[in-house]
Amino acid sequence: MLHRVTDLQILLSILIASAVTIAVRALPFAVFSGGCQPHPFVVWLGRQLPRAVMTMLVIYCLKDVNLTEAPHGLPALIAVAVTAALHVWKRQMIVSIFGGTAVYMLLLRLLPV
Amino acid sequence: MRMLRKVLPRTMPVMAGYLFLGIAFGVAMKAKGFALGWSALLSAIVYGGSLQFAMIEPLTQAFAPLTIAALSLLVQARHIFYGLSMLEAYRPTGRCKPYLVFALTDETYSLVCHERPRREDAARWYTCISVLDHAYWIIGTVLGGLLGAVIPTEALAGIDFSMTALFVVIVTEQSMDSFAAVKAGRMSVTESLFAPLTGGIATLFSLLTAGKGSFLLLSMALILASFGLRWQASERRCFTA
Repeated sequence: MLHRVTDLQILLSILIASAVTIAVRALPFAVFSGGCQPHPFVVWLGRQLPRAVMTMLVIYCLKDVNLTEAPHGLPALIAVAVTAALHVWKRQMIVSIFGGTAVYMLLLRLLPV
Repeated sequence: MRMLRKVLPRTMPVMAGYLFLGIAFGVAMKAKGFALGWSALLSAIVYGGSLQFAMIEPLTQAFAPLTIAALSLLVQARHIFYGLSMLEAYRPTGRCKPYLVFALTDETYSLVCHERPRREDAARWYTCISVLDHAYWIIGTVLGGLLGAVIPTEALAGIDFSMTALFVVIVTEQSMDSFAAVKAGRMSVTESLFAPLTGGIATLFSLLTAGKGSFLLLSMALILASFGLRWQASERRCFTA
């Protein structure tokens, strides 16, 4: 497949992705930095949004889980529960993440597809 | 150096996640026939996991700059949120700020959003975290490219769950914080449930209506709209009270 795209085109594609990414990340700083104070709504938004966005990202990560076919998303759902439970219990980020991931990888191999 | 030692333990979860995912990305790029330099360049100057994975396929096909631009915008749009909530925190970071703004990924945001350093430490604190995360990501990518021919992909299957686990941990942490705040009477029950419920309902609704490919943007629009309505409602209540 690669022969259809030149190196210059690959480079251009990567530069475009980089430029858009930088633009998106810089946008709020460019608009609200300067001297002008952000509206209280923006400040409130900044405090409240992370809790909504992190919930969104969890669901985003789980979007490919297939509930209708075996193993009915069990590896992911169990591993999410284990991760959360470990975190409530130990409150050690790395323990929760390693534990949850290990359980997921194990279940992926143990549960019949 | 002291600052580096101080923030290093905090970046460990991201190190694990980024090394694993970086390796997975490097392996995937290698499998598509890209030289190591391309994957390293992507990780260095695009520096966004989901976008980089999403780009592998289009990169192998005919040159389509518009597709790449639209894809980047759609996948990265959520970063506008991160910037909004870091406006104040990044204000005192001086000449490090442009780099910090560029390096504000999901994972770096998850580390910098809930712990505020002292004002005079801000620049070094945030820069150490951002540089470390960026380095993990690039090192993972290079390792993946190097080991691509050696590791069987099946052995790594499921390792990307560390990313899900990281987000689950953050939501758990946030929930425990607001639970404590409710118990101490610093927050109402409604207030504590509003944000996560809005995020959850908006995302599930979008997933069901817009489908897997493009639900994030709709979900973010719905979240913003709900927050706007909620703010308006509370403003009005303040005025009438």
